[in-house]
Amino acid sequence: MKAVVTVMPKKSVLDPQGAAVAQAMDHLGLKNVGKVRVGKSIEIELPEGADEAKLHELCRDLLSNPVIEDYELEIER
Amino acid sequence: MRFAVIQFPGSNCDQDVLHALRSFEGVEAHYLWHKDTSVGDADVIVVPGGFSYGDYLRCGAIARFSPVMGAVKEFAARGGTVLGICNGFQILCESGLLPGALVRNRDLHFICEHVDLRVETNNSRFTRAATPGTTLRIPIAHGEGCYTADEATLAELRKNDQVLVRYAGPNPNGSLDDIAGIRNREGNVFGLMPHPERACDPLLGSADGRVIFESILAERN
Repeated sequence: MKAVVTVMPKKSVLDPQGAAVAQAMDHLGLKNVGKVRVGKSIEIELPEGADEAKLHELCRDLLSNPVIEDYELEIER
Repeated sequence: MRFAVIQFPGSNCDQDVLHALRSFEGVEAHYLWHKDTSVGDADVIVVPGGFSYGDYLRCGAIARFSPVMGAVKEFAARGGTVLGICNGFQILCESGLLPGALVRNRDLHFICEHVDLRVETNNSRFTRAATPGTTLRIPIAHGEGCYTADEATLAELRKNDQVLVRYAGPNPNGSLDDIAGIRNREGNVFGLMPHPERACDPLLGSADGRVIFESILAERN
């Protein structure tokens, strides 16, 4: 089984990386780009029957910082 | 007073801190390894700057779970004095010992320069030897020094006089409310992005950082 955790900066937190990417896209000819936000995607190979509650705990404590980020956990069986 | 300076893989200001500390009278300073499970007989813990664990995932995210940080948390809970500098500040925020978080600088650049800091209060064990309103010239060197916190946290910080130093000149990194360093509510944990240990000798351009260590040392009881 595999898990994919998507970590994104919270809407309320400035994302200068996203702003810089939006600007670069504009320079490269894609006009009128709206907001761009940069996050990260973490793929995890898991043993069968891995503890989902524990996984959420680690998403909160390790993989994301709830002060500045939100996460989404997807489990592929 | 006994100081312990933590070394994580990737710390790079540990030796600077030790060198600076040893220039003060009455200081005994030694290292703690990240795998240590006790802080020993230290009176003060310094979490130095650098790139602990390569800054992987987020700055301080992995250091937070190191064995020594468990001991530092217990030490802080007992009222022990903890100073976090730069990456050390990031680690203290990740650990929950300080509120808020440090994110990428507004302009995305790594900034390495001397900045002016305003001492906002001397009602703390980290600034008691300074005069409020004084400007300190201390270098910064970081890519993720933009302090951020939600409105409620910022209101708390202001209400309890927890912002000890602010950027006095132009805000270098976009930090919320020009915050350069904060203490916890109880007053025994302080984190700041600038490097006072790099401003402890006039030969290095400024000795303004000494007042932070002098303040800690003023508590000789």
